[in-house]
Amino acid sequence: MTARIGVVTFPGSLDDRDTQRAIRLAGAEPVALWHKDKNLHQVDAVVLPGGFSYGDYLRAGAISRFSPVMETVIEQAKAGLPVLGICNGFQILTEAHLLPGGMLGNDHLHFICRDQKLRVENAATSWTSDYSEGQEIFIPLKNMDGRYVADQYTLDKLEAEGRVAFRYLARDGVANERGNPNGSLNDIAGITNEAGNVVGLMPHPEHAVEPLIGSGRTDGLPFFTSILKKLVNA
Amino acid sequence: MSRTPLDTVEHATATPDVELPWAELGLKKDEYERVVEILGRRPTGAELAMYSVMWSEHCSYKSSKVHLRQFGEKAPQSDALLVGIGENAGVVDVGQGYAVTFKVESHNHPSYVEPYQGAATGVGGIVRDIIAMGARPVAVVDPLRFGAADHPDTKRVLPGVVAGIGGYGNCLGLPNIGGEVVFDSCYQGNPLVNAGAIGVMKHEDIHLAKASGAGNKVILYGARTGGDGIGGASILASETFDDAKPSKRPAVQVGDPFQEKLLIECTLEAFKEKLVVGIQDLGAAGLSCATSELASNGSGGMRVTLDDVPLRDSTLSPEEILMSESQERMCAVVEPEKVDRFLEICEKWDVIATVIGEVTDGDRLEIYWHGGKIVDVDPRTVAHEGPTYERPYARPSWQDELQADDANKLPRPQTSEELKDQVLRLVGSPNQASKKWITSQYDHFVQGNTVLAQPEDSGMIRIDEETGLGVAIATDGNGRYTKLDPYTGAQLALAEAYRNVATTGAKPLAVSDCLNFGSPEDPAVMWQFAEAIRGLADACQQLGTPVTGGNVSLYNQTGEVAIHPTPVVAVLGVIDDVARRTPVAFQEEGQLLYLLGDTREEFGGSAWSQVVHDHLGGLPPQVDLERERLLAEILISASRDGMIDSAHDLSDGGLIQAVVESALLGGRGARLVVPDGLDAFTFLFSESAGRAVVAVPRSEEVRFNDMCGARGLPVTRIGVVDGDAVDVQGEFALSLEELREAHEATIPALLA
Repeated sequence: MTARIGVVTFPGSLDDRDTQRAIRLAGAEPVALWHKDKNLHQVDAVVLPGGFSYGDYLRAGAISRFSPVMETVIEQAKAGLPVLGICNGFQILTEAHLLPGGMLGNDHLHFICRDQKLRVENAATSWTSDYSEGQEIFIPLKNMDGRYVADQYTLDKLEAEGRVAFRYLARDGVANERGNPNGSLNDIAGITNEAGNVVGLMPHPEHAVEPLIGSGRTDGLPFFTSILKKLVNA
Repeated sequence: MSRTPLDTVEHATATPDVELPWAELGLKKDEYERVVEILGRRPTGAELAMYSVMWSEHCSYKSSKVHLRQFGEKAPQSDALLVGIGENAGVVDVGQGYAVTFKVESHNHPSYVEPYQGAATGVGGIVRDIIAMGARPVAVVDPLRFGAADHPDTKRVLPGVVAGIGGYGNCLGLPNIGGEVVFDSCYQGNPLVNAGAIGVMKHEDIHLAKASGAGNKVILYGARTGGDGIGGASILASETFDDAKPSKRPAVQVGDPFQEKLLIECTLEAFKEKLVVGIQDLGAAGLSCATSELASNGSGGMRVTLDDVPLRDSTLSPEEILMSESQERMCAVVEPEKVDRFLEICEKWDVIATVIGEVTDGDRLEIYWHGGKIVDVDPRTVAHEGPTYERPYARPSWQDELQADDANKLPRPQTSEELKDQVLRLVGSPNQASKKWITSQYDHFVQGNTVLAQPEDSGMIRIDEETGLGVAIATDGNGRYTKLDPYTGAQLALAEAYRNVATTGAKPLAVSDCLNFGSPEDPAVMWQFAEAIRGLADACQQLGTPVTGGNVSLYNQTGEVAIHPTPVVAVLGVIDDVARRTPVAFQEEGQLLYLLGDTREEFGGSAWSQVVHDHLGGLPPQVDLERERLLAEILISASRDGMIDSAHDLSDGGLIQAVVESALLGGRGARLVVPDGLDAFTFLFSESAGRAVVAVPRSEEVRFNDMCGARGLPVTRIGVVDGDAVDVQGEFALSLEELREAHEATIPALLA
């Protein structure tokens, strides 16, 4: 048997088909979910893909968070449904308060698209178990509003509980200003909830799953193999 | 225009002496008289609005079409061409049942007035052309030209244009895979913002812009119509900028990429269910264009009720509604029994859709407003039978002097130290420097099919995941070469784009062009235009790559000063398996570097003459199209058979520019040896056409040399991939670090 992984399409979602492809390449079955449909169609996990849902109008993710499908996603995520938010999906997860903090405009005020080095800080979540802690990977990054912010209490808590899942690194493997593409606090690229079932990150693992395409690396594939193994072994 | 009483056809007939503001709408006196003659009466205000926009230079090609005919007359026989010039975009067969549509267009004038929105709506417009053919857009490219890199106004225009392209294209989910960025003071008041797009479909999905079948419904869908962009095409893009006139800001349209993304998805879903008989996007000239073109391309007439058009501003007059260039709108012709399903799909995507008329069995385009008939015309007279001008043209008096000012006689570097210094200046000059600061503002990963993107020689997209079938596109143009010799310059633009496609391993198939020139009312400009088209049409014929469509942008001049004549040529190619693509970057130490083609002393219009001497004179490099074809065949065979691991075309900046780029991208240096019979300066800086540098694995050396020898392509071993410097033996060595600093620091320092 394999796992059914839903990918939600909001109006303005862009990487929904790419995410479905990544799920397929990992060996799972992608299921298209529609923002107006509350029914999750018995999927075992959900990915909120990247894009500019509702044009990022008002604030990235702010409108999508109120979509009918999100009512069910929020309810089931709290009950343990694995949910991955990529880029715009991460923004939606913070707007939905499934993850703490939020995203502001990049500190340099430009859209940025580049192959980004990251360190896996937490390899114990539903979506990162096929990595090892401390592993350094390259994942494409592309966003306008990617600057992760949170109050000091939240940052301290995230750090103390090991809930920073990914940190930006410079090419030489150091977390510093050169590596940080947008001014994110603590060089945070992605975080997890306490239970480890909800993960959000700004970089795009679905663009690093085939050796020829995009960045030409497959460093993003373990996201999808991690969840598949977890679901199949469960 | 007064609306009391409503200027209906009846009213126009009864009041023949009413003066209409034809001159303010951009019509010449004899053009207005022709409208009166066609109609047999004075036009209504609404008819005048339609004729004025549709007969503008931008929409009617009235100055250019006598020359553009050559693209048809000289078109080479090509089995690949499925839809040629005249539709929204050309369509090419790429095999395995797939068809690809592509086109390049200009959005020059709006982008100078309002850089962000001008550039953004340029992307929006070209993408709608692609959707209107029935295709899913899969990539965009943006050839851009700005004034001097260090001019203060460039810092206003460029960041706005780049942010606009990114803001719109990124939000549509289209990877930006290629294009160019060129600086030259000739573009100071007239930046060139060209935008290209590629779309993919199956053969059977090709759609055309025509309204057939009496009783079929005309559906306007997408954004509401507002007051923006009124007269954008007729006024902005068809006149020279002049300081004395009032601000043209309101003539620039405002884009909403989110709306366009919905429009793409909803249109493709309607196509999939075969609900659409004919389709047209609303771009320049808005509803005037869409209704008259759909009606004149179809078999019948059309009746439209303008009151049904959803408005953003309820105070708009019917003339304004007809002329508005509000973005993100399309017009579909749908059979009555399929209208409900079409509207349902629009509703699913939250797209507003309204039946505004129907196809009739007559041959008139009739438009109603408040119950009165305000337009009653033969649509062909609006859309296709506009004026045609045989503008006078003459070789400019200064052309001989310019060509006599031979760049080959400029002082050359005398010592190795000077040579090294000039190499550093070249690779760090704004035109040769890395454009990463710009291209990193564009998404090139989205859709997950990008095989190659800038700074590769061509952008490449996989179109079939099973077989690996892919397409490549390159855009090139060199205004400096074209100024020196428009005929040759246009051919060099084609040759370079053709070569760039072949360098990545793809077979060149077809051409789209964006022809950017000054005012057609200047005989010197008209001569440049005529010569460039003649050159391009001849070269397309010889290379077997038909022109499938494109766009002409005239009046790119401020006062008396025209831009360099700048034909930008896009070549589309196909590759059977993208796994065989050849990148620019050096892949492995120890691989052998070969120079393919002949190197002559050719410095006219070169980057070296510009960077070191601020000089433009002499003749551009010679063109040998048979050589280009042979070089392309060798590059494609070598790629397919795994004989080369990297390849880079040689163009502006010459060999040293190409080697430095391959080295920096690969993080591997090179040791070069100046070949016998060449001096180091010519070896490094000459811009002779028909050349490429390739890196050959040692195991393939014999096979590769044999192939070149058998086919008669000159091949010279010039060195090896090695170390962490570019080392020209006996002359100088520059570390990759030093080169990277020179190459990558320039643009951010000027623009960030």
